[in-house]
Amino acid sequence: MTTLLKHTLIVMPALNEEESVAAVVDEVYSKLPGISVLVVDDGSTDRTAERARLAGATVISLPFNLGVGGAMRVGFKYALAHDFQNVVQVDSDGQHDPSGVAMLVDALDSADVVVGARFAGEGDYSVKGPRRWAMIVLATIISSLAATKLTDTTSGFRATGPRAVRLFAEHYPAEYLGDTIESLVIAARAGCTIRQLPVSMRPRAGGVPSHNPFKAAAYLGRAGMALMIALMRPRVPLATEVTSS
Amino acid sequence: MTIASYILGIAAAMLALGVVTEMLRRRRLRERHAIWWIIAGVLALVIGVFPQVLIWTAAAVGVEVPTNLVFFVSLFILFLVCIQQSAELTELEGKTRALAEYSALLANRVTQLETATHRADAGDTP
Repeated sequence: MTTLLKHTLIVMPALNEEESVAAVVDEVYSKLPGISVLVVDDGSTDRTAERARLAGATVISLPFNLGVGGAMRVGFKYALAHDFQNVVQVDSDGQHDPSGVAMLVDALDSADVVVGARFAGEGDYSVKGPRRWAMIVLATIISSLAATKLTDTTSGFRATGPRAVRLFAEHYPAEYLGDTIESLVIAARAGCTIRQLPVSMRPRAGGVPSHNPFKAAAYLGRAGMALMIALMRPRVPLATEVTSS
Repeated sequence: MTIASYILGIAAAMLALGVVTEMLRRRRLRERHAIWWIIAGVLALVIGVFPQVLIWTAAAVGVEVPTNLVFFVSLFILFLVCIQQSAELTELEGKTRALAEYSALLANRVTQLETATHRADAGDTP
């Protein structure tokens, strides 16, 4: 397992997280000794990059904001260039517990993408009302596409194996919800195996999830549209094994 | 139709074509962006000079009021132009994203190389 972690890169997209990023990086290093952490500073205007660098992470600063999907594609490209096998996305706001990383990476033995799911029994994270229905509808459709039971398709806590890292380094979408919904659709249609493991989530450091019904409806609409467009797009084939490396 | 409105139609079409041509000449507009404007300008000029063409065409396609055919064709051309612009914008955003990624990854490599060089220099002169 320790050898697996040596070939694993933690990618943290960070936008103006100077308050929390150093603590999260510290926690990752203390719970997962020997792992590499890449913080992708997604056009922050505060001292996120500096704090992360002081905490010992490698930092890549984007010249302007690209969104989580854009930041993650940089992470996948970096992983390819530096011969990392696996990529684990961890949020820089401390919502994801790094002790779950080892479990997600272990599960990559039998899958290309492992999603840490919030509603699968662990922890006390909950969402109610229309937003929850939206998530259920999305989960049902993507589950049937991926031929496995997924309950939380919008979780950002996920591990990606070598085949999917190569796929995502080229085709990770930057659009709204692209990093969660469309990326799963791309992976499933390319023939990647997707699995889900229950993880506990901590409440977000700042801010509460919105319960405004109009916002929830807008979310459902945009998510549905993102899913439909993702399904209409041509399939992306998995790159064949790179023989030269 | 009065002679004044006849001249107005021709003048407007000539002006549109003149503006597009001048912008092409000064390289402020690329050919592929100008093509729909040129088509629209030429159509307007033809109809301005020979209004009968419009009346015949309208009758041929079954449009009762010829002016409505003008509105229909104009809207259609504007629609094509807008779609083309949106597509170009999407393509440009994709390229900008790739450039941003590339420059960020390069900046990281440069920093690492600089650090390595500094270390090597420090090691050479103890």
